[in-house]
Amino acid sequence: MYDGGKIIAGLVIFLGVVTFPFWYTQANEEAIEKPQLLLPADETECVEPTAYMRASHMQMLNEWRDFVVREGQATYLSSTGKMYEMSLTRTCMKCHTSRQEFCNKCHAYSGVSTPYCWDCHVEPKESA
Amino acid sequence: MMKSRRSFLKISGACLLGLGVKPVLNAFAQAERMEIAPNPNALRAGRWALVVDITKCRDDCTDCINACNRAHNIPDLGRTKEEVKWIWNESYEHAFPGVEHEFVEERVKHQPFMVLCNHCDNPPCVRVCPVQATWKREDGIVMMDFHRCIGCRCCMAACPYGSRSFNWTDPRPYIPEGRMNPDFPTRTKGVVEKCNFCVERLAKGLQPACVESCSSGVLTFGDLDDPNSEVRKVLGERYSIQRKPELGTRPRVYYIL
Repeated sequence: MYDGGKIIAGLVIFLGVVTFPFWYTQANEEAIEKPQLLLPADETECVEPTAYMRASHMQMLNEWRDFVVREGQATYLSSTGKMYEMSLTRTCMKCHTSRQEFCNKCHAYSGVSTPYCWDCHVEPKESA
Repeated sequence: MMKSRRSFLKISGACLLGLGVKPVLNAFAQAERMEIAPNPNALRAGRWALVVDITKCRDDCTDCINACNRAHNIPDLGRTKEEVKWIWNESYEHAFPGVEHEFVEERVKHQPFMVLCNHCDNPPCVRVCPVQATWKREDGIVMMDFHRCIGCRCCMAACPYGSRSFNWTDPRPYIPEGRMNPDFPTRTKGVVEKCNFCVERLAKGLQPACVESCSSGVLTFGDLDDPNSEVRKVLGERYSIQRKPELGTRPRVYYIL
């Protein structure tokens, strides 16, 4: 291989630059503060397990929307066997009363833009 | 075709591996799980209809309009050109063009007619919507999905009753203070809206807001497919007319004059 040393050195530098964001954040884990979310005080479980909600709440909200609006179905049967009304304002926001302290904080942390739910749906009044 | 012992073993191995992968696929399939339960309280019908007995309607009363505005967060823009209306008052000649004439009974001539979406059996708005943001439900209600509306206003052009309103501006600031109903979404700039026969109330087992608010017994809401329903009884006893029936839209709002 001609100029093998140069090629390998170049590849190493290239990989280093490309993966910089990953190992830099790994090394500075402490520096980035995990968002302190306001969790409901009087409720310990969500409609589905926390891990599922964290990963898939957006799909779930979309499905809820389609069931309620397009099929006229309003009751959700969770994997834990409980029934919930499929409603952003009456079910989700009944416990997660603060959009600012729950939704927005985590969305800001993950760099996900705030969805347009509240352009129409009425969020609970912030007490502060 | 000859198969060597080696290729036979290879294929068997691949098959076994495939079986091993099955549980993983099942796990993925489970992630798609979404279950719903029917609501036992919901009011159901084959075909919803509204009968308006205008002989009982009081001239100065706007209870039904106010109840609807409150239930659905309808803004008060104060500009008639951009107004949003679900139920509104219309004069006889505007509500029933084609059947009006100059010698019509004085009472009818000056009577305000409450008009709303007719939830047609053959809705032209549904035919023209390019994104199926409006559609006819199985129970006959012509429903809107505000999430899907692109604001093209084809439905407004198609509706012969002017039942649809476009949001020219964000309606939130125009909802009077303290009148916000947090249970019903407001709309956003760029979507079309209209009466939905209170589907959100029917799902909870309640009558439409206008029907509930009327203290004079003007409005009767019920199932046309049920021969024993209140609407069928009223329609069977009194002579009723519909708005612009000649257009073939088959409206589901009936008027008793």
